[in-house]
Amino acid sequence: MTSIQRLLYFLTLHRTGLAVCMVSLGALLFPVLDDNPYTLGLSHLVAINTLVVLGLNLFIGYAGQISLGHATFFGLGAYGSAIISTTWAVSPWLSLILVALCVALLALVIGIPVLRLSGHYLAMATLGLNFVVYTILIQWDEVTGGPSGFAGIPALSCADFVFDTPVRQHYLLWAFALGAMLLMLNLVRSGVGRGLAAVAGDEIAASSLGVNTQAAKVKIFVLSAVLASLAGSLFAHSFGYISPDTFGIFASTDFVIMVVVGGMGSIWGAAFGAAFLTLLPEWMDIFDTYKDLVHGGILVLVLMFLPQGLVTGLMDMLKIRWALRRHNASA
Amino acid sequence: MSRQLWLASQDTKLQDGFFVHTDFLQFILSGLTTGSIYALIALGFCVVSNTMGIVNFIQVDFVTLGGMFMFTSLFTLGLPALPALVLAVAAVALVAMVLERIGLRPARSANHLVLIFLTVGLSIILRGLIKLVWGTNRMALPPLSSDVPVQILGASVLPQALWIFGLTMLAIAVLTWFFHRTSLGLCMRAVAVNPTAAAVVGIASGRIRLTSYAIAGALGGLAGVLVTPITTLNYDVGVLLGLKGFAAAILGGFGSFPGAILGGLGLGLVESVSAGYLSSAYKDVVAFVLLLLVLCVRPKGLLGR
Repeated sequence: MTSIQRLLYFLTLHRTGLAVCMVSLGALLFPVLDDNPYTLGLSHLVAINTLVVLGLNLFIGYAGQISLGHATFFGLGAYGSAIISTTWAVSPWLSLILVALCVALLALVIGIPVLRLSGHYLAMATLGLNFVVYTILIQWDEVTGGPSGFAGIPALSCADFVFDTPVRQHYLLWAFALGAMLLMLNLVRSGVGRGLAAVAGDEIAASSLGVNTQAAKVKIFVLSAVLASLAGSLFAHSFGYISPDTFGIFASTDFVIMVVVGGMGSIWGAAFGAAFLTLLPEWMDIFDTYKDLVHGGILVLVLMFLPQGLVTGLMDMLKIRWALRRHNASA
Repeated sequence: MSRQLWLASQDTKLQDGFFVHTDFLQFILSGLTTGSIYALIALGFCVVSNTMGIVNFIQVDFVTLGGMFMFTSLFTLGLPALPALVLAVAAVALVAMVLERIGLRPARSANHLVLIFLTVGLSIILRGLIKLVWGTNRMALPPLSSDVPVQILGASVLPQALWIFGLTMLAIAVLTWFFHRTSLGLCMRAVAVNPTAAAVVGIASGRIRLTSYAIAGALGGLAGVLVTPITTLNYDVGVLLGLKGFAAAILGGFGSFPGAILGGLGLGLVESVSAGYLSSAYKDVVAFVLLLLVLCVRPKGLLGR
């Protein structure tokens, strides 16, 4: 082996780890290059959306099920953490964990009966749940603040170190997002993850090979709900203000669009989709008027021409191109 | 409670009996009215689900579109009520067929996940277009005939409710005739029973899908035309109605036509009675709690196979 071959081998072998290192380095250096609070605010949103989309992507891509209600878990995380830490004056970290546990329980209660069925009942059940929670957030205004929102949520802190400046929040949020990403990357390569991939590929084949398909689906649903709740709590504690409109059914479809654009089942795609759709309004002036058309159009075009998503789809195209070129060169 | 108090309470109950009875009748009638609307929407969901095996999220916007086309044909074109209704329903059916032809068919994917997400995407686009064309303001539609309530057994009923009952019955009768007496309808039933066998005997799946979308569009449009004079007309009025229609379809057993009708009427009744006797603020929540309960206890629905 020449040294170049050895280097290429090393790069291929450790491609995932190297990519994670590169992204982490990018996140680490970003505030040094650009500490404009507005840009940092956008990067916060990207990190938070990535956290939600990572979980949802795992559920859609690996369990082969549809959830159109992840904004519910996101919203419950945000409101739950806000109410517990502000109204009851509990420490933000503790409230974050408490809410995540409650959301896990809720996801379990819904997931166990609904995921037992074949067919896409969960899509409607979660959509219905989203509607119910949204109504409660608006109607129960003595607790949630109603349509005008909930303000004055305390920031997270470690001992005396308070995450109250945009730069500090940047590191906090990206630490969570990258941590979740690392967890996902390892999970899909573990035995559990391989079992899930089998479920997505062919449920009957997977169950005949000894994968407990129902339990696997429920576990992933709960995991994705917990990630969404965590993202919601972080959102509430870093922005300090939340309102019900962030957690409506249209927010849920936005999360789904992020998953589809990135590629169902692709973890890097999830991060890409979250970043792409969060930053899209920044690049388009006419976005406000045509938001629905742009979002719907992107979803339809991606599904029609690259159903594997932009990241996986383009990668596959490149791989095929390379393989053909190698074949032609050798022939 | 002492016996005397109990007797006294029974006494007042007897005196109030007449009013209690009319109240109850009122709730039943209003429940059946909204129930008919849910049944129409649920039937639309079932038609597409039976032929394509997917949940058609565009159904939700067919309802809105029905109301919008009715608005245009009444006020922009100045048609009388009945021709306007026919035009609006036909227009929604046409839009549905166009969507199936250019929005769903080119995907040529057998993956249900892709197809369902496509309907979600098309629904978002359609809602965006509705917003652009008709704006986001709330609009009011006049009822099909006079708005003087009619007295039936002591309960007052709007003539619009009678229209809703009548036209729902008519729609069900036409559907029954179509699915049992025409060759296209029989083909659609064959596809619903066994798509592979239907393809083997030469039933063209494209035509069946197109027809199922036309029927779904017409049913959704009819529901929209009929219900928007009671509610108001808005670009997302169909979202909630559509979701409840879907809940009704599951309640009755997803894919079963009698189930959809029964589920729709049942959901309407439960909703109206609970709004009357419990609380109307959380009326919309009842449908989804019921949906979750049904999925837990009897996931096949009331009449599911």
